[in-house]
Amino acid sequence: MLIRNLCNIALASTVLALSGCKGGILDPKGQIGIDEKNLIIIATVLMLLVVIPVIVMTLYFAWKYRDTQTHEIYAPKWAHSNKIEAAVWAVPIVIVIILGVITWESTQALDPYKPIEGKGKHLTVEVVSLNWKWLFIYPEQGIATVNELVFPANVPVEYKITSESTMNSFFIPQLGSQIYSMAGMETKLHLIANEPGTFKGFSANYSGAGFTGMKFNAIATPTQAGFDKWVSDVKANSSANNLTHANYVELAKASENNPVAYYGKVEDGLFHTIVMKYMQAHGDMNKKHNAMGEHGEMGKQHHAMDKHSAKSSHSQGEE
Amino acid sequence: MSFLGKLSLDAIPFHEPILVVTMSVIAIAGLIIAGLITKYKKWGVLWRDWITSVDHKRLGVMYIFLALIMLFRGFSDAIMMRTQLALATSGAPGYLPPEHYDQIFTAHGVIMIIFMAMPFMIGLMNIILPLQIGARDVAFPFLNNLSFWFTASGAILINISLVFGEFAKTGWVAYPPLSELTFSPGVGVDYYIWALQISGLGTLLTAVNFLATVFKMRAPGMTLMKMPIFTWTCTWANILIAASFPILTAVLTMLTLDRYLDFHFFTNELGGNAMMYINLFWAWGHPEVYILVLPAFGVFSEIISTFAGKRLFGYKSMVYASGAISILGFVVWLHHFFTMGSSANVNAFFGVMTMVIAVPTGVKLFNWLFTIYRGRLRISVPVLWTLGFMVTFTVGGMTGVLLAIPGADYVLHNSLFLIAHFHNTIIGGAVFGYLAGFAFWFPKAMGFKLNEKWGKASFWCWIIGFFVAFMPLYVLGFLGMTRRLNHTNNPDWNIWLYIAAGGAVIIMFGIISQVIQLYVSFRDREALDDTTGDPWNGHTLEWATSSPPQVYNFATIPHVDDIDAWTDMKEKGQAYLDKANYSPIHMPKNTSAGVLMAASLTVFCFSMIWHIWWLAVVGLVGGIAIFIKRCYTNDVDYYIQPDEIARTEQAYNLSGAGQKSTIANENKELNA
Amino acid sequence: MSTLSANVGSANLDSVSHDAHEHEHHDTSGDTVFGFWLYLMTDCLLFASFFATYAVLFMNTAGGVSGKDIFELDFVAVETAALLISSITFGFAMLAAQGQKKALTLTWLFVTFCLGAVFISMEIYEFHHLIVNGHGPQHSAFLTSFFSLVGLHGLHVTAGLIWMTIMMIEVAKRGLGKATITRLSCLSLFWHFLDVVWICVFTVVYLMGAM
Repeated sequence: MLIRNLCNIALASTVLALSGCKGGILDPKGQIGIDEKNLIIIATVLMLLVVIPVIVMTLYFAWKYRDTQTHEIYAPKWAHSNKIEAAVWAVPIVIVIILGVITWESTQALDPYKPIEGKGKHLTVEVVSLNWKWLFIYPEQGIATVNELVFPANVPVEYKITSESTMNSFFIPQLGSQIYSMAGMETKLHLIANEPGTFKGFSANYSGAGFTGMKFNAIATPTQAGFDKWVSDVKANSSANNLTHANYVELAKASENNPVAYYGKVEDGLFHTIVMKYMQAHGDMNKKHNAMGEHGEMGKQHHAMDKHSAKSSHSQGEE
Repeated sequence: MSFLGKLSLDAIPFHEPILVVTMSVIAIAGLIIAGLITKYKKWGVLWRDWITSVDHKRLGVMYIFLALIMLFRGFSDAIMMRTQLALATSGAPGYLPPEHYDQIFTAHGVIMIIFMAMPFMIGLMNIILPLQIGARDVAFPFLNNLSFWFTASGAILINISLVFGEFAKTGWVAYPPLSELTFSPGVGVDYYIWALQISGLGTLLTAVNFLATVFKMRAPGMTLMKMPIFTWTCTWANILIAASFPILTAVLTMLTLDRYLDFHFFTNELGGNAMMYINLFWAWGHPEVYILVLPAFGVFSEIISTFAGKRLFGYKSMVYASGAISILGFVVWLHHFFTMGSSANVNAFFGVMTMVIAVPTGVKLFNWLFTIYRGRLRISVPVLWTLGFMVTFTVGGMTGVLLAIPGADYVLHNSLFLIAHFHNTIIGGAVFGYLAGFAFWFPKAMGFKLNEKWGKASFWCWIIGFFVAFMPLYVLGFLGMTRRLNHTNNPDWNIWLYIAAGGAVIIMFGIISQVIQLYVSFRDREALDDTTGDPWNGHTLEWATSSPPQVYNFATIPHVDDIDAWTDMKEKGQAYLDKANYSPIHMPKNTSAGVLMAASLTVFCFSMIWHIWWLAVVGLVGGIAIFIKRCYTNDVDYYIQPDEIARTEQAYNLSGAGQKSTIANENKELNA
Repeated sequence: MSTLSANVGSANLDSVSHDAHEHEHHDTSGDTVFGFWLYLMTDCLLFASFFATYAVLFMNTAGGVSGKDIFELDFVAVETAALLISSITFGFAMLAAQGQKKALTLTWLFVTFCLGAVFISMEIYEFHHLIVNGHGPQHSAFLTSFFSLVGLHGLHVTAGLIWMTIMMIEVAKRGLGKATITRLSCLSLFWHFLDVVWICVFTVVYLMGAM
């Protein structure tokens, strides 16, 4: 059993190392992903320091003290030793303290909300998960795409993420972190590609029948100029395709395995409208409160609650 | 609204060949079983001795029977998923379209956790815990019967969903807004809600019952710190149930109100907040995994100390470690959604708290190691499961700590790495523990031992199958494959998906071996007969009585002076002593109130699912009426008279007398 | 439903008090009350979950009314007084029961029942009033969580009233035996528990909401 299991693990990890070349999270192409890969490796090695001895000791002890080994010491009443007890508490505590420090620092460093610094001005992309496709709006460029994300390499990208309906998770494994997309809320993610290439992106949170088809290519162009050219091409070739609110409503209807689509124009503030949608739709419920500004404020409150609920969740648990 | 609500013939999925075949198989098997029972005239026995029984041992056996049935169901789902994913590679659609596949993975999760693992755990606890503390039954025997039937009702509802309508297509967590009426208008989520609600109620009552039992009914001399370790871990688990299941009840009630009365707890519209569901769900869900695994830890502790022929190393550490795990289990739930956008401090806090749980868990592992150290380990089937667990669970614990680091979770969340991790801990921890306990305590419950050869075959198939099935999932997680995909189109993944499917088949052989083991052992039950009541030279009180124990468990309640009470009695030469005079024993009578009440509430739930309002009212009022009637019944108990006890005990003392004196003498010699 | 039946389900803890062990080494009525107390702790967590949800959702009025607009403190104060006094009268009922005074026990139980009924009637009136004015639970997350939290308590009180009716019949028919007193003790625990919960509801929902 021992040998077979260890072989399995060894085999798996070897092949892992090899297959790392083929585009998973162990083959990162962006700074965030690289940091996360290193974090995984460091933590794993640290834990193996305890895990391997435990596994070896288990099998060794079981073998050494099996019942046929009558020449081994037998101490049926021996059940306590302060030294050993101290050690068995201390060893895990030390490892966990080290891991805890690493965790605390890496969590601060890899906070998805934290802008990537030192790489110049970032590009903003607004991401909307629809049933079942991704809509990417480029507010500065005034264009939008479905199921294709393009950005220049080596430029930090800020993603503002929301959902039209169900919850999804916006994830490009080779670039790093994922973040949920939730209706009526805006979450944020900062990623960067260190080199040009085409990376697979998808939803990492099950959202219904068409979920499997919620895939897109994330293309990092070699240069800013390349990206600019792509933008102007989209504008030129798809100028007839205007993402107005009415078109958006059409697009938001459930559909599966959507092909890539481009919009040469986007209605201003569309993303904001989508985030605020659930506030506005019922704005006339109460005549006192239907001023636009009021809704905006409420939307923000709602967003802030995302953080708030997490922070206060501590106390919830104790109840 | 029509007479039958939303229910019509269209609800039966005749167009799904897989389901039609399943239904026919179930129908035929059901008819054969019913036929056999009729032929051998066993309906009366079934009703009097089992269905209406308030005996904790029989209820325990029924719980485990239910768990095994549901294991087959849940495993069928698993093997369908693995074959689908092995077939649906490189863009092929496979044989399960999303609307079917999505139900299967939801059902698999719900069944395995709520209707396989929980009943298995509660079954073992039912059979063993009262015996270990030297009690005649639990504090509230009728309630125990009711709890079982509530659990069974939930299982029945889930299986009804195969025939009428559909099951949820939301994943076992049923996150809104997906599980709200807008996105899941069918009856699937309603089946989910009501099945979980009624079985959750049963579980909650079980916890209250067993806590009262443990705190009020221990044998004289058994202080809390002299309780057997399995009883301790079950007690911690019961505390966790009592503290976490109300949250599940609450959150399901809220989802029900959203779906049935257009409330807005978790909807997108009108200020609902789906994140609240996710928080509450995991405030229950995370303690739930410790509820599953803590009793398994107790099983391993008992087995390792029994078969090593030693006292358990670090008993106090074990008790405190279990307590620490239980308490910490309540402050880590946010690690299930680091990717929701909480601030770095919040994520880091919950990450570190999660890691802290590794400390008491590590302590436990070391204590098992040092229990083996300088022992005489008999490598039997229960020990194999335990060793297999220690190796497997260590790996699962490691990947768990990795997932607890938010930075790592940002890329591993919801990936197959996560799937591999929790199967690694739930199969490698909980299920191995239950199967170990099954082999260990089977002779106590049934009176004969299990066949070792088939037990070993089953173990090797399970553990090899486990590694072959789940190690590839770790790899796939690293390769960026997310969970709940219906088909894939990535050539790098194919080989791993094929291997994983192969692993599932190996596990299937493990399950088949267990069925064969049961058959062979039953066939050879006379050769495997346990006449001593103590087949493994056990340490605790459950071995001090006959196998299976009499309805009253102990003719006289033993006095306890040591953690290993039975070892202590054997060493002092107090084992198997004939008592001259017995006092009358007061016992609860069997009752049909539990099963009738549960049946009534099942009708209520089914009617709620299908919006048959009049029948729902009938079911609910019926259930409450049966309950009130039961409350007013005074004829609920009887006495077993001393002469009858004496007769039973004499018969038992004659059987296996030689073996018993050997056991008694060996232990005395050891002591000298 | 689940709440109700959780509630009812556990009420049977007392019914089985004499199922077993009466002549064994321990005191069964103590077991029953202990078991019931454990159940109340789980019930407490059920309320805690609804409180937590209310705390998260009470600002989400979706442009509709908030607590300030709909709570009438005077009305709720009367409601609260009825329930608080009913706790005292239940105390008198228990004293009478301990003293084996059947008629007095029944009288105090009846007074308690009436006060409880006043409370529930006022709550129903309040809910009805809100719903007909277009502030039903379907109109915002705030109203949803308000109706659910207060309604959950109301359901408990209703179950308590049904239980009390049954207990009055039992006391009248069977007198004040040991088992009956145990059941009365459980109901008394339940009733006081609901009182404590109501004080939290009154403070958190009404007082803080109206401020």
